[in-house]
Amino acid sequence: MKVVVAMSGGVDSAVAAARIHEEGHEAIGVHLALSSNPQKYRSGARGCCTIEDSHDARRAADMIGIPFYIWDMAEEFHDGVVENFIEEYANGRTPNPCLRCNEKIKFAAVLERAKTMGFDAVATGHYAQMRETEYGRTMHRAVDPGKDQSYVLAVLNKEQLDGALFPLGDTVKDEVRIEAKRRGLYVANKPDSHDICFIPSGNNAGWLRDRLGSESGPIVDEDGKQVGEHQGAYTYTIGQRRGLNLSIPTQGGTPRYVLKIEPKTNTVVVGGKQALAVTHIEGEKAIWCGPQPQASKSHRGFAQIRAHGSPLPCEYRTDGAVIFVDLDEPLLGLATGQGLVIYENDRVVGSATVSATN
Amino acid sequence: MAIYLDHAATTPMLPAAIDAYARQMAQTGNASSLHAQGRAVRKAVEESRELIAKAAGCDASEIIFTASGTEANNLAIKGFFWSNPSKKTIVVSAIEHHAVIDPVEWLKEHEGAKVIYAPVDNLGVLDLTALEKIISEHRDDIAVIAIMHSNNEVGTIQPIADVVKIAGDIPVHTDAVQSFGKMVFDFKALGVTSATISAHKLGGPLGVAALILKRGLDITPLLHGGGQERDIRSSTVNAPGIVSFATAVDQALANLRDNYSKMSSLQFQLREDILREVPDARINGWAQEILPNILNVTFPGTKNESLLVLLDMAGISASQGSACSAGVQRPSHVLLAMGLSEKEADSTVRFSLGHTSTQEDIDALCGVIADVVKRAIK
Repeated sequence: MKVVVAMSGGVDSAVAAARIHEEGHEAIGVHLALSSNPQKYRSGARGCCTIEDSHDARRAADMIGIPFYIWDMAEEFHDGVVENFIEEYANGRTPNPCLRCNEKIKFAAVLERAKTMGFDAVATGHYAQMRETEYGRTMHRAVDPGKDQSYVLAVLNKEQLDGALFPLGDTVKDEVRIEAKRRGLYVANKPDSHDICFIPSGNNAGWLRDRLGSESGPIVDEDGKQVGEHQGAYTYTIGQRRGLNLSIPTQGGTPRYVLKIEPKTNTVVVGGKQALAVTHIEGEKAIWCGPQPQASKSHRGFAQIRAHGSPLPCEYRTDGAVIFVDLDEPLLGLATGQGLVIYENDRVVGSATVSATN
Repeated sequence: MAIYLDHAATTPMLPAAIDAYARQMAQTGNASSLHAQGRAVRKAVEESRELIAKAAGCDASEIIFTASGTEANNLAIKGFFWSNPSKKTIVVSAIEHHAVIDPVEWLKEHEGAKVIYAPVDNLGVLDLTALEKIISEHRDDIAVIAIMHSNNEVGTIQPIADVVKIAGDIPVHTDAVQSFGKMVFDFKALGVTSATISAHKLGGPLGVAALILKRGLDITPLLHGGGQERDIRSSTVNAPGIVSFATAVDQALANLRDNYSKMSSLQFQLREDILREVPDARINGWAQEILPNILNVTFPGTKNESLLVLLDMAGISASQGSACSAGVQRPSHVLLAMGLSEKEADSTVRFSLGHTSTQEDIDALCGVIADVVKRAIK
């Protein structure tokens, strides 16, 4: 096969590229330049779009012995990921930009360009497995539960997944580091990236404030009584307890949590822990990683609502576009905008964007 | 089979230059030492200097060896600016190499320089009327004018003799890296104050170049140390590099006419073949006077990131223009200055020929170009 390996400059994609090359595929390494002004992301960032990262990726490709190129995806990234991130926050939702990046950049813009150019697939260093099952070629959790990234890949539809290769899904991270060392890829000891790559400071609230302003507004309790003031509703997260600076304490001093963010009235609603409990989740814009589950029939499965969250046993059904989930046990604190991923054991069924909870 | 069409980035070393390099490397001695070994090395260096000077139409004493063309351009621009503190304006063409633009921008940011870019026409040739106006308006404040001898991306030759006339007593620096060894270049006849030439563009080794600086002029150095080169450039003299440089110059000049006509006819052939294979392709900078080896082509609707990958995979080496940028390729400032849109600039590839180019290279490229362009559509 002819394969484009997306190389971030980290250890995972370097080993992925080495494996693809070793398997005899005709591989090229491509580093995605996601900022039109890479200097902007230059220092401090532990993400994947600094100049140093692109140099790391290039050196890894040179060591492996595959061609390496930089593709400028800054415009696509800005429009598809950064703008969406800001917009979602402005609407009181909590988005996951890594999901959008996989959906709109790595396995859309890049895959599309690769296919036009005559390549068969895009490979990445993500930890997930593709397997042949009774449903065809389906996506499953990685063998390393600590690194499993099937959650952030669950936004890929069948067609996108058919053009995707994840060579690391069968290996645990520690072994990948050892393999990198054995192969002489000096990125072996590079730390994992955690932050949002386009917010190098790690200060998400400050970054959002610069873009959305900091219009103060009321923090109210469940009865609508004002108990404090905020400096920009979008800097809060559902379930947040710290940093609320409430002026009126509860009787008995029980802690309060952010329950709801209402962008239209610029209001943050707080309340007791019990009010955070969610058992019913609705997710819109459903995407199916394999066959679409039979509509209007209830299915047993697991719901996951965070990249490294636990799988929550549930019943789910769908009309095709919306996924309705009833959790066996209540969950505390779920924001709209988060990704809802449905698993059948370790197989990824599909995903949706949380649009309502109760 | 590798098809190398990126000679403007660097061209294969001439076998004689490799021999000369290896032979000189076997000679122990620092050219600045007074003992016999030092003197022997110094002799080789000075003979090389004579030879290069003769080929470039300057005096041997006017040659200051440097480690790269970039260093020579930096030395000239910063040197003229720093040694003339009462003048703050620098005039450069809008199509200079980054080795000129970046030091100029650095001086602007850090040393209070005022930078004026002289425009070019849509063929990539300096607009002399505009330059004349700029100079007459700022004459008393101009520290240096830098206009390249020929452009590295589109190959257009600039009217340097006219620039010198307009400049009067203002120093004129010309980056002749792409010209020297490929066409007639005569420092004295041109009348410029300084010029940059480089070994690896004409079959010599990497890591050696020269600033030709008019006799009697003293400019502020970049490197301070032993003062080996006229007290303007310090560093132990790179004798093997210089001897090899001279050998390459000697050969390039001896074969100048033959190489010129060979490359020029291949260049015309390449142009015709590309236009036949891809009828909507456009040649940029096809001006009256051009280098015989550069062809800059826009393939509308394509992305050069894709073009270069596909060409590479077909075994063909070409480039986007300037090979220096390691990060994201920005649309070429040269093409933008010529009036191309960002999109057009982003759809452009430079093919460049050299002393080893053959008809087979052209045929190989033209055998795949139509298919490559089809696949590189945005």
